[in-house]
Amino acid sequence: MNDELIIAGKHYSSRLLVGTGKYKDFTETRAALDASGAEIVTVAIRRTNLGQNANEPNLLDAVPPSKFTYLPNTAGCYTADDAVRTLRLARELLDGHSLVKLEVLGDPQSLYPNVIETLAAAKTLVADGFQVMVYTSDDPIIAKQLEDIGCVAIMPLASLIGSGMGILNPWNLQLIMDRVSVPVIVDAGVGTASDAAIALELGCAGVLMNTAIAGAENPVLMAGAMKLAVQAGRSAFLAGRMPKKLYSASPSSPTAGIIGSVHK
Amino acid sequence: MITVSINGEPRQLPQAISVTAFIEVMGYSGKRIALERNGEIVPRSTFANAILNDGDQLEIVVAVGGG
Repeated sequence: MNDELIIAGKHYSSRLLVGTGKYKDFTETRAALDASGAEIVTVAIRRTNLGQNANEPNLLDAVPPSKFTYLPNTAGCYTADDAVRTLRLARELLDGHSLVKLEVLGDPQSLYPNVIETLAAAKTLVADGFQVMVYTSDDPIIAKQLEDIGCVAIMPLASLIGSGMGILNPWNLQLIMDRVSVPVIVDAGVGTASDAAIALELGCAGVLMNTAIAGAENPVLMAGAMKLAVQAGRSAFLAGRMPKKLYSASPSSPTAGIIGSVHK
Repeated sequence: MITVSINGEPRQLPQAISVTAFIEVMGYSGKRIALERNGEIVPRSTFANAILNDGDQLEIVVAVGGG
């Protein structure tokens, strides 16, 4: 069966997108990415460490952009201007690469998205030719506005970034999916494999995670678990689950032909 | 002598040099970096002809692990 994730016209066979942060070293990063089967990986853009060894290991060597689709992010940006500048630097750094993850945060405690700045940044970036995958709240109205601006994927949080609290409001994710036609990808909040499976079972096009893998005791094992969970959740969605029957059981075995009582 | 700001830190250069020469001085030759001057991208293709001015604010970035 040909069931691919299509973002901005490009086809991907994996619906699991992963971050490259918080690993102990680049060897572990690469092993986890390989175990996850992810094709799209997020990276951050940061100032070079002045005065430090210019020959220190480079992420681009450990995770070659020829093997993975880079998704530079704007993590740590609190204004539309900073986010736009960061992604213009990313595009220059990555030889004109235009697929990006926009996130504009509201405060450092919750890392909750500032949707007003996010909308402003999305407008500027789309006009400048970027293909914008956008991290946002699970507000269906904002999600639709971001799609109307021209974002190529809507990425609502399922719970706070790095919290591992799972899918807290499946109803809002459903409201978003009912309204937008570009891929809806859960970004943030997944803690373990069942959370990822639930996101896909709900009909989300994919899931993006970092801490759930990097923060596990065995990141490489968890990366493999996430790969299976995403596949299982997607298959369950496509299979179409049985309807829930509240307060009524339905036997799985035939109701006819049951042996009779012995009359004494 | 000119003074430029690099990633928020002041740095003195003996004279107005090109971005290519500046990158070499900083030890970033051949490295994957991107450079912004006063809020505007300086494309790699223009490094040789772009001359730094006194007071320029430069940002030099790389890709790092992130989610």
